Amino acid sequence: MSKHVLLVEDELNIIEAIRFLLTREGFQVDTHSNGADASETIRALQPDLVVLDVMLPGKSGFDILEELRADDATADLPVLMLTARGQSRDREMAEKAGVSRFMTKPFSNAEVLTAVRDLLYVHQQKG
Amino acid sequence: MTSVNLLIAVCLAYVAILFFVAFIAERAGTQGRGDWLLRSPLVYTLSLSIYCTAWTFYGAVGNAARSGLEYVTIYLGPSLVILGWWWILRRLVRIGRSHKVTSIADLISSRFGKSNTLAIVVTIMAVITVTPYIALQLQSVTLSLSFFAAAEQGVDVSTIDAKDAAFWIAVGLAVFTVLFGTRNLNVNERHHGVVIAVAVEAVVKLLALLAVGVFVVWGLAGGISETLARIDASDLGSWQTDSSRWATLTFLSAAAFLCLPRMFQVMIVENDDERHLQIASWAFPLYLMLMSLFVVPIAVIGLDMLPEGSNPDLFVLSLPLSEGREGLAMLSFLGGFSSATSMVIVATLALSTMVSNHLVMPIFLYRHRGGASQSGDVRETVILSRRLSIMGIISLGYIYYKLSGGSGALTAIGLISFAGVAQFLPAMIGGILWRGATRYGALSGLLIGFSLWVFTMLLPSFGPDAVLSAETFEFGLLGLGLLRPQALFGIEGLDPMVHAVFWSLLFNLSAFVAVSLFTFPNPMERLQGAQFVNVFEHSGQARGWNASVAESEDLMIMAQRILGAQEARQLFAAQARAQGLTGSLPEPTPDFLQRLERELAGSVGAATAHAMISQIVGGTSVSVHDLMAVADESAQMLEYSSRLEAKSRELSQTAAQLREANTKLVQLSAQKDEFLSQISHELRTPMTSIRSFSEILRDAKGIGPIEKAKYANIIHVEAIRLTRLLNDLLDLSVLENGQVTLNRQTGSLSDLLDRALATAQASSSRRIKINRRRIDETITLDTDLDRLSQVFINLITNAQKYCAAQHPELTIEVNDRDGAITIDFVDNGSGIPKQARELLFEKFSRIGAQDSNGAGLGLAICREIMSRLGGDISYLAKANGTGFRVVLPHAQAVAAQ
Repeated sequence: MSKHVLLVEDELNIIEAIRFLLTREGFQVDTHSNGADASETIRALQPDLVVLDVMLPGKSGFDILEELRADDATADLPVLMLTARGQSRDREMAEKAGVSRFMTKPFSNAEVLTAVRDLLYVHQQKG
Repeated sequence: MTSVNLLIAVCLAYVAILFFVAFIAERAGTQGRGDWLLRSPLVYTLSLSIYCTAWTFYGAVGNAARSGLEYVTIYLGPSLVILGWWWILRRLVRIGRSHKVTSIADLISSRFGKSNTLAIVVTIMAVITVTPYIALQLQSVTLSLSFFAAAEQGVDVSTIDAKDAAFWIAVGLAVFTVLFGTRNLNVNERHHGVVIAVAVEAVVKLLALLAVGVFVVWGLAGGISETLARIDASDLGSWQTDSSRWATLTFLSAAAFLCLPRMFQVMIVENDDERHLQIASWAFPLYLMLMSLFVVPIAVIGLDMLPEGSNPDLFVLSLPLSEGREGLAMLSFLGGFSSATSMVIVATLALSTMVSNHLVMPIFLYRHRGGASQSGDVRETVILSRRLSIMGIISLGYIYYKLSGGSGALTAIGLISFAGVAQFLPAMIGGILWRGATRYGALSGLLIGFSLWVFTMLLPSFGPDAVLSAETFEFGLLGLGLLRPQALFGIEGLDPMVHAVFWSLLFNLSAFVAVSLFTFPNPMERLQGAQFVNVFEHSGQARGWNASVAESEDLMIMAQRILGAQEARQLFAAQARAQGLTGSLPEPTPDFLQRLERELAGSVGAATAHAMISQIVGGTSVSVHDLMAVADESAQMLEYSSRLEAKSRELSQTAAQLREANTKLVQLSAQKDEFLSQISHELRTPMTSIRSFSEILRDAKGIGPIEKAKYANIIHVEAIRLTRLLNDLLDLSVLENGQVTLNRQTGSLSDLLDRALATAQASSSRRIKINRRRIDETITLDTDLDRLSQVFINLITNAQKYCAAQHPELTIEVNDRDGAITIDFVDNGSGIPKQARELLFEKFSRIGAQDSNGAGLGLAICREIMSRLGGDISYLAKANGTGFRVVLPHAQAVAAQ
């Protein structure tokens, strides 16, 4: 059974690119473009992994991540965070919020794929 | 037997020698030679010995014979004063030199604002107190002379009338003083002749007394041990002395040492060098010690050997004479003669200076009102007045001597003088140590103290029924028991001398302090007070002339009359040179006037010099600066503390500013972080798509041509977006740094709008209806048209993008109002929420996220452009729709056609 990845991102072209990458690798990909209701969507869809952008309309990626970690159902959900504001302070904030992996845009496609695979593998081992 | 004629011949010869010495010294002094001697501390110390007058020479022995060791007090007081020179004398000398003080009257008057009243009071008091003293000298010389005459037993007794002798002695002294005391006018040029003569006389009197002493101890008593034995045997040492009398006498002699006009003259006026005090501080007590060394032996042996009823005041003469040692007696006579003459000379010199400066000159100047600048030499007047003063003062002494009939013991007369001059002490010492002292305080103290002295000491000294009736002695003045001259306020049993000194000085001091505390000094007093009290901090002369009205010629004429033509010309020429002028007349600057006043003060005293200059210059002005300089300690403290306060206020202000600056910096830093973060985001987002799709195109196999084209197009669009972003950023940076150069052009607003609309519509597929009133747009602009167009395009594009209405419309309305042209762009959209309007023109601010293409720099650029063009752009709140108003200053509209 293919793994289910939810991509929370507001840039259309980036959605297009990641969806293309992950779909080709056999993942089931859903996308969501709004920060405000992202947490509910994640809880509803129950994906195996979330790829989360930081700057989202409505709510920031950090806040969403905190909400996920605070909820038992999603506390150890693998979250790959992507940000275009490549400052070390953002990385710290993300780690504090409990991110699984943090990547700065622009990324290499191969890195994203590796990261997604690694996260799913580790999560599976733990589960 | 020594004939009286021989004695007189010897005296004359002695005086001739003194004349010669004085003359040589005077000449050497004028030619600047012999300074090693004339300005030596030795001569200075010896000149101080005029303290030891005939009173001490004869009277000390007499005093010892009558009252035992009491005579020591007369030496003790001055020794204490001069040993403690560091505290008082040094100050007085410094003040005397820096202010060219000519006498004690001058000092006191100068200290209290150059008050002439004070000078007159002090002068009169000085004359009154010193007159008995001069009489005392005449008496002692006459007494000693008549003693010789009596001893001669025979022919000459009848030919020499003692009173006549006194007359001729007085005449001789007057001549000597006139000749050597008034050769120079300027006292500060110093009387070298007189001083050296006084020094010679000091040596003579010391040698004479020592010689008599040696003769008595070794010649008569037979050695030291025998002498000591005889002293022990006598009842001299056992006489009980009243301790209050001791203390009073010591104090009195110390006070007199400072206040006697003649002491002031030699100690302060004639002082050449402050350092001389240092040597005198031990040398003078040594001299006094030598002078007093043989007093007791002479007194004891005299009492022993001479017949009952011999005058002990003449033991120094009668002892050698009784043993037939006529040469020694003659030397002793010369010693006494020296003591008397030196005292009279210096005392009259000092007094004549005071009288002429403070009594005669003011009257002369008053009578010749406005005459200070008239031609004619005032110097002659001054010198003449001094010469007359000398004769007058010596005459007074002679008259006093005649009236008092040569009665009374020498010591008693001397003490009356001492107590009189001691009245100057509070005003003088108070004046140089206490800034709060005022002229009214000084005046009241002097007058009260002096009156009490006259009433309790001077008048009673003539005896009952002479001036004061016996009833007054018994029952008090006007029958008031409280006012008995020798028992004031009913306090009896005090020694009359102690009584008089105690009450007069107590009232003097109390009045001085009390009145000073209750009166305020005028500015000149404050100035002088500060300079006197702080003489070591600033030794300058008080400033205060307002020179603009002074005429140099008038000053020159006046100066010539007082200083002499030659000296005045030299002084003026030197000043002119110092001021860098070529002529012989300097500008009457305050500095020069001050200098001139000081020079004149050396000749005629501070008060008169001040009055003379003010006759020409017309009043003094004390500037704020001067007053600041004299602000007393408390004021300085106050000023200091207020300065501190101001400093601390300043500091806290600075701290507040720093805090503010810091807050601003923190904000700026946060803004910068935010800005960088925004830029990073705006740059990385398109780059992410570009990189990702380019990798897909590179790596992925089996992508159809449609996808390929699509992905390539995404890369293309994102690259354009990046380029636009960079352009905007650069544009903004250039605008913000003010590096932009405006390219002014002339063109019509209408055309500009046409072009902007065309450009905006070309870049967007979305259509918007435009409403314009072209008639309003016929305005010719003179500005950077390209930049303005950029603003228009931005606004139109925004309307195209964001107007949410179903049928979007944009109304462009041009108005000419209040010296400015406004161009409003209003659409029929939903408007911008209130809270977002503030940030509207900030960088990267975007309303909502509908448009991923905009970086949020457009309006920020618009705002920068408008501010460069001298105009403005603002959000226009409208009931419906979003509006922006562009404002252009009228200056940029050439004309509205």
